[in-house]
Amino acid sequence: MKILRNFLDSQEKHFEKGGKLEKIYPLYEAIDSFLYTSGSVTKSGSHVRDALDLKRMMVMVVYALIPTVLMALYNTGLQANLEIAKLGAAFTEGNWQQDVLVWLGVGFDPNNIFANAVHGALYFLPAYIVTMSVGGFWEVLFASVRKHEINEGFLVTGLLFPLILPPDIPYWQIAIGITFGVVIGKEVFGGVGMNILNPALTARAFLFFAYPAEISGDKVWVAVDGVSKATPLAEFADTAMTTTVSWMDAFLGVIPGSMGETSALACLIGAVILIVSRVGSWKIMLSVLVGMVGMTLVLNWIGSDTNPMFNVTPMWHLVLGGFAFGAVYMATDPVSAAYTEKGKIVYGLFIGILVVLVRVVNPAFPEGMMLAILFMNVFAPIIDKYFINSNIKRRLARNVVG
Amino acid sequence: MLEHYISLLVKSIFIENMALAFFLGMCTFIAVSRRVETAIGLGIAVIVVQAITVPVNNLIYNYVLQKGALAWAGLPELDLAFLGLVTYIGVIAAMVQILEMALDKFVPALYNSLGIFLPLITVNCAILGGTLFMVERDYMFGESIVFGIGSGAGFALAIIALAGIREKMKYSNVPAGLRGLGITFIVVGLMAIAFMLFSGIQL
Repeated sequence: MKILRNFLDSQEKHFEKGGKLEKIYPLYEAIDSFLYTSGSVTKSGSHVRDALDLKRMMVMVVYALIPTVLMALYNTGLQANLEIAKLGAAFTEGNWQQDVLVWLGVGFDPNNIFANAVHGALYFLPAYIVTMSVGGFWEVLFASVRKHEINEGFLVTGLLFPLILPPDIPYWQIAIGITFGVVIGKEVFGGVGMNILNPALTARAFLFFAYPAEISGDKVWVAVDGVSKATPLAEFADTAMTTTVSWMDAFLGVIPGSMGETSALACLIGAVILIVSRVGSWKIMLSVLVGMVGMTLVLNWIGSDTNPMFNVTPMWHLVLGGFAFGAVYMATDPVSAAYTEKGKIVYGLFIGILVVLVRVVNPAFPEGMMLAILFMNVFAPIIDKYFINSNIKRRLARNVVG
Repeated sequence: MLEHYISLLVKSIFIENMALAFFLGMCTFIAVSRRVETAIGLGIAVIVVQAITVPVNNLIYNYVLQKGALAWAGLPELDLAFLGLVTYIGVIAAMVQILEMALDKFVPALYNSLGIFLPLITVNCAILGGTLFMVERDYMFGESIVFGIGSGAGFALAIIALAGIREKMKYSNVPAGLRGLGITFIVVGLMAIAFMLFSGIQL
C-alpha cells in the first residue's frame, strides 16, 4: 500500500497548478480520495467534527444497495433462463450475451443459481459500465472546467440508474439518459447537494418519455428477444390478464421488472442498513408506507367494478413495481427530499398517496413511483419553507409572551 | 352533477395545468417567482381574477357574441364571434381595474400586498387562455366558474412551487452563462416532467 501512496504523491506535482496535467486535477483528486481519505482536513476553528462525511455517507448507500444488486444479477438471469427453458428446442441464440454463455459453457439452466447470476451479470454489468463511463465523463468534464471536486455522490447515482432500467434497454439510450440526468439534473445546478430533483430518477423519466417503447410495455422486462411478458403490476391492471405470480414471489423478487427493483426483501435489508447507520431517514420511509396503506384502504373501500386496481390490497402494492425500491433509496435522497423533520413526514405521505393514485386511476402509466417522487421533489422546498416559517412564528410568539 | 364539477376542478388544477402543461403565462411565471411571498400574492390574484373573468366572458359569449346569441334582442342572424379576442381582453382589463378599485376601497390590506401584480395580470396569457379554453370547450356558466377557479389555482400552485425551488437555489452554484432566466427555464422544464404524473388520467 505504501508503494501506491508514494506513487500518488510523486504524481501529484503534474496535476497541481503549473503542472502538465493541471486541467484534470479533479480526476487525480477523486482517485486519491477514493483510495485514501480526503487530503484536506479542518484543523482550526469551532467546527463539528464527525466521522460521517459525505464520502462515508454515500458509500453507506452503496453498501445498502448491494442486496438489490445481487438480486438484480440473479433475477435478470433467472427470468431470461425461465423463458429459454419454456421455449425449449425452439430457442436459438440471438444476442452476444447468449453467445458468451454458450462459449463459457455455463448454459441456461434456471435452477442453477450460478448460471442465472452469470446470465444476469452479462446484462447488468454492461449497463453499469456504460452508466459509469458516460456519467463519469460528464462529471470529470464539469469538475475540470468548473474547478470543483468530483463527488462520491455519483457512485450512488451511477449504481441506482442501471438498477431501475429494464434489462433489454439499448446502451446508447443508457448513455443519453445518464447524460441528461447528470448534466441537466445535477451539474447545471452546481453538482452534488445543489440539485432539486433526484438525478437517477430524472434520467429515467427522460428515457421514459423520450423512448417509451424501450422502457415500458411488455416486451422489455425479460432479456430474451421476442419474448413478451408483462410485469405483475400490468397484469393486475388489465382484466384480460390473469395474475401469474404469488405474493411470496413478488416479495422475494423473482418476477419480471426493472433489474434491481423487483425484490422487496432486498430493499428491506437495504432499509435496515440505511436506518441503522442513520443515512436514510426512517421518517420518510415510514410515512411513504403509511401514505400508501392509507390511500389503498380508501380506494379498497370505494371499490370499482370496472377497474380491478381498486381492489389491490396494501400488501400487494408494497411488493409490486418499484414501490419498495423507491421508498427506501429514492425518496430518502437527502438532497432532493424535504429536510425539516415535520416536512419529511408530509413529503413521504404525499409520495405514498400519489403513487397509489397513479397506479389505480391513471391508465397511462402502470407504475407511478418514479413520477410521484419527482413530483414531491418539486414541492419539497415549499414544504420546508412552510415548516421553517411556522417555527419562526412560534418562537417569535413565545418570546413576546415570555 | 357534483362529481362532474369536482373532476373538472381536478382536471384544471393538475392535469391541464395552465403553467406546466400549456406553458401559458410564462412571462409572469418566470418574472414573479423569485420569492415565495410575492408568488403567493400573485397566485391569489390570478385565482380571483380567473374566477371573475371566465364566468363574465362566458355570459358575454353565450348571450352576445355567439352565432345566434342575440336572438333575445331580435337579431338571430347576427354572429359577433369575430369580436371575441377584443372583447375578452377588454373585459379582463376592465375587471382587473374594477377589482383593483374595489380592493383599494374595502380591503386595503390585501390591495397593498398584491400591489403591482393586479395590473400585471391584465396581460397574463394564462388569464386570456382560460377564457379562450372556456369558449373552445363550450362550458356552461357553472362549469366556467369551476374552470376559472381551477385554472387559477393550478397556476398559483405551479408558481409557488417554482418560487420555493428558486429560493432553495440560492445555495446552488449555477454556471455563469445559465444564471437567472436560463436555469429557470430548465427548472420549469424539469417541473413539467414531474407534472406528467397526472397526464393521461381520464375524468
